[in-house]
Amino acid sequence: MISHYFPNGLERYLIGGLLIGSGVALLFLSTGRQGGVSTFFSAAWSWFSQHPFFQQASLRDSRHWRLLYALGLVLGGAVYAGLGLPLAASQLPTWKFAVGGLLIGFGARQGGGCTSGHGICGMASLSAGSLLMVCTFLGTAIVTAQTLSYLGIAP
Amino acid sequence: MKQRLNQIATLASGALFGFGLAWSTMIRPESVLAFLNFQDLGLLLVLGSAVGLNLLVFQLAPRLRKRALLGDAFQQRPFALNRQTLSGGVLFGLGWGLCGVCPGPALAGLGAGNGDLLIALAGIFAGAWLQGLWAGRPKQT
Repeated sequence: MISHYFPNGLERYLIGGLLIGSGVALLFLSTGRQGGVSTFFSAAWSWFSQHPFFQQASLRDSRHWRLLYALGLVLGGAVYAGLGLPLAASQLPTWKFAVGGLLIGFGARQGGGCTSGHGICGMASLSAGSLLMVCTFLGTAIVTAQTLSYLGIAP
Repeated sequence: MKQRLNQIATLASGALFGFGLAWSTMIRPESVLAFLNFQDLGLLLVLGSAVGLNLLVFQLAPRLRKRALLGDAFQQRPFALNRQTLSGGVLFGLGWGLCGVCPGPALAGLGAGNGDLLIALAGIFAGAWLQGLWAGRPKQT
């Protein structure tokens, strides 16, 4: 049963989740900030666009720490690879990243958060709205992925 | 000094997050897609343990301390559930289900050397830009 649903074991996921959680917890405990990632992608536009939407205080005032946080994420991945830890190759058609990225960027911002914002911070804050958002995007993603698999457009 | 510590803590938090995403294989779109196709439910354990830990932190810390360690207030997440945010969740789910990428793993996976994710990141930046233009458009009455 367990090996059927978890062919790669449990440990890697549990430890990885605790490491991810430690990052979010460290940010909250030290700075009081909510460590959602997706707002960075709107806040970064405040450097390049004079459009009033991107010049709103909540984006301008948080863009510095959000940039550092995003750089930290890149750095964390680089450290992992640099240590020579196990890393499986990934191969997905380019168009999926292009189309998927566009939907992810628009949707996550329109939805007020992504897997880290709603999924970790929102749920840890016991926000009913975030829980409903997680069910919405997780459910949509499951239906999307399984439909594509069924149609033979996967991976 | 305090500002420097604040920056170091922010960078370190992101790095720990990114390292964890790599460790849990979530930077690999195929791992996420395996979960969405119910072939490997590992993502549930990743999310569950990350939420479990932070449930303690987010619920206890503001009750035990007035302010965060570096002196700033504990922030709340501004969020209002409505039709607009729900439709955003659906769009995000469509993209996530299509390519198995979300914003955090796109950044961490790029750091780990998956250059294809630059395309996903470019898409996310473009999507966030379009969303800003759309949300900030002059409202008709």
